[in-house]
Amino acid sequence: MAKIKSLDDLRKMKDNLQSKINLREKGEDPSSHVQIKVAMATCGIASGAKTVMEFMMEELEKRGIDSVITQTGCMGYCYAEPTIEVTMPGKEPVVFGYVDTKKADEIIEKYIKNNELVDGIIPMNYETIDKK
Amino acid sequence: MAKYKMHLLVCGGTGCRASASDSIIEKLKSEITAKGLQDEVQVIMTGCFGFCEKGPIVKVLPDNTFYTQVKPEDAAEIVAEHVIKGRKVQRLLYVDPKNQEHISDSKHMGFYRKQIRIALRNCGFINPENIDEAIAREAYQALGKVLGEYTPAATIDIIKKSGLRGRGGGGFPTGLKWEIASKNKADQKYVVCNADEGDPGAFMDRSVLEGDPHTVLEAMAICGYCIGATQGLIYIRAEYPLAIKRLKIAIEQAHEYGLLGKNIMGSGFDFDITLRYGAGAFVCGEETALIHSMEGLRGEPTNKPPFPAESGYLNKPTNVNNVETFASVPVIILKGADWFSSIGTEKSKGTKVFALAGKINNVGLIEVPMGTTLREVVFEIGGGIKNGKKFKAVQTGGPSGGCLTEKHLDTPIDFDNLIAVGSMMGSGGMIVMDEDDCMVSVAKFFLDFTVEESCGKCAPCRIGNKRLYELLDKITKGEGTMEDLDRLQNLCKVVKDTALCGLGQTSPNPILSTMDNFYNEYLAHVNDKKCPAGQCKSLMQYVIDPEACVGCTACARNCPVNAISGERKKPHLIDTAICIKCGACIEKCKFNAISIK
Repeated sequence: MAKIKSLDDLRKMKDNLQSKINLREKGEDPSSHVQIKVAMATCGIASGAKTVMEFMMEELEKRGIDSVITQTGCMGYCYAEPTIEVTMPGKEPVVFGYVDTKKADEIIEKYIKNNELVDGIIPMNYETIDKK
Repeated sequence: MAKYKMHLLVCGGTGCRASASDSIIEKLKSEITAKGLQDEVQVIMTGCFGFCEKGPIVKVLPDNTFYTQVKPEDAAEIVAEHVIKGRKVQRLLYVDPKNQEHISDSKHMGFYRKQIRIALRNCGFINPENIDEAIAREAYQALGKVLGEYTPAATIDIIKKSGLRGRGGGGFPTGLKWEIASKNKADQKYVVCNADEGDPGAFMDRSVLEGDPHTVLEAMAICGYCIGATQGLIYIRAEYPLAIKRLKIAIEQAHEYGLLGKNIMGSGFDFDITLRYGAGAFVCGEETALIHSMEGLRGEPTNKPPFPAESGYLNKPTNVNNVETFASVPVIILKGADWFSSIGTEKSKGTKVFALAGKINNVGLIEVPMGTTLREVVFEIGGGIKNGKKFKAVQTGGPSGGCLTEKHLDTPIDFDNLIAVGSMMGSGGMIVMDEDDCMVSVAKFFLDFTVEESCGKCAPCRIGNKRLYELLDKITKGEGTMEDLDRLQNLCKVVKDTALCGLGQTSPNPILSTMDNFYNEYLAHVNDKKCPAGQCKSLMQYVIDPEACVGCTACARNCPVNAISGERKKPHLIDTAICIKCGACIEKCKFNAISIK
């Protein structure tokens, strides 16, 4: 194993290793990052949610956007799978339907980067228990 | 390469391992592999999460779900429901004792809400057996910074300014200690880490060593650089096998990376660390006794001066610090003295780790800013007293400390405030007592401990403590007199003033402080021959209420010494001369006819 010869070496090494625990550090404080939930129930996976999730993980990292991507169960919009829910810091969550990799790319570029809405938003038609 | 989407952190602390967290890890891994998810989900063993009461703990990230009391059988459900379908397993979530709500995010749990984690920052977050994870969390950066950018004197200055004080009990300013050791000239100096944690109920040092060993190694090297030592020694009790194992792994990995050994990070500074095992004697937590034990001599303290900073291990200048103190050092270097001193009270800076034990709902390890009140610790973080009983007292500082009572609940906890109310910080054990605890028995318990642990070198401790114990024993048996109470108080003062080392000088504290705060209980034992808490067996009587007794004979049949007599369907009677007060009859009585008086 290579010895660490200077503080710079150590810092470089830290940056390289950072990705190993990034997932955990962001998970500790999810509300300050872009949070994305991918619906991964039977309906979602059958419609290609897995590909979308992998695509988003890779692309967001490549484009340097700090994000927490988690999978979740069926949101009930089975007609519009794959669906993803995007929560920008300090904002209400927005659900997008019929998300393929092309759409995912559009969501990253327009909504996440520029806060520009894109077609295919599914209106939230319920209230959560927290708000009652 | 595997691209993980999810991390499952499983506690590998001693407490959770005792509840089979090892096999939880195994089961989770095999379930994940069976489902073909081994490249997406990573299972990691971590150090202690601190919430030992509800262990074993499994934490799922990035969605920050906190599962409690997980069993190996639950692994399949966690994988099938949470990992695959994204549905949290409700029954394993923490239930708020106040409103019975399931809480999945640990940040919303009362236990974690008030905590700031400095010494425990990596415990329950990284895999302690993997140096890469520690490095990703900035391990050894402080050492690199100090070696490259600061002189030893400048580093000591930072520690001094931060206001860090020794976490082992005494509260001596750490920076000052380093400065004294650095000024003494010698061909060889030593850095010693005191990991001889011996207070009953305290386990914070063990958890740091088990959960984040690299932080201690790094801090020892920093200290070595400051005082001019190239050799570090960790004195650890042999009863901590897991901590020893992880320290060995950590030392080996640090060597492989060149973070210990010769010419660390190209700076020309050499530092190496070896382990020394203690046999678990309480007195060896005292630094001079510890040094003697390391030299192969009897673990007995010697008079100070000379202080170890002048003449310690092998008569060379030696700096001894406790585990938790070391664990705070790297953070101070990286974040600055001002940051650290902004936390805490005027004279006690930073945070302190406490081990909560006794009659409290959330037994475990917590880290709070200095100045947090006892009420916050016991009722908010600790979740209150078990079974809805009434709070009576908290013993802090172990056998050297005293108790704090209801009137101290709003006292901000720091070194000086605790001493002012007749207790002390100690290493941070907190034993919580409720209305069923007899304070005379508590004092007796601690004296029993000090009598056992006294090294026997000086007469006040060897003989004095034994006599104190005998007096307490007499009182709990109902044979005490008012003169005994006076004698007890006087002897306490004599032992306190004349004993050689910290152990003897503080051993009467539990008696003095219980006499101060609960004198009525002592009086009740002496005058009324009664134990108000109903704990002292000799002072209790089991009585059958003839009105309530239906004569079912259940008690008589279950009495192991045949002390109960009576005819069927007629009230029974207990012969108190034969009764051994075991309580079997109370358990068996279905009519609540038996009581303790």
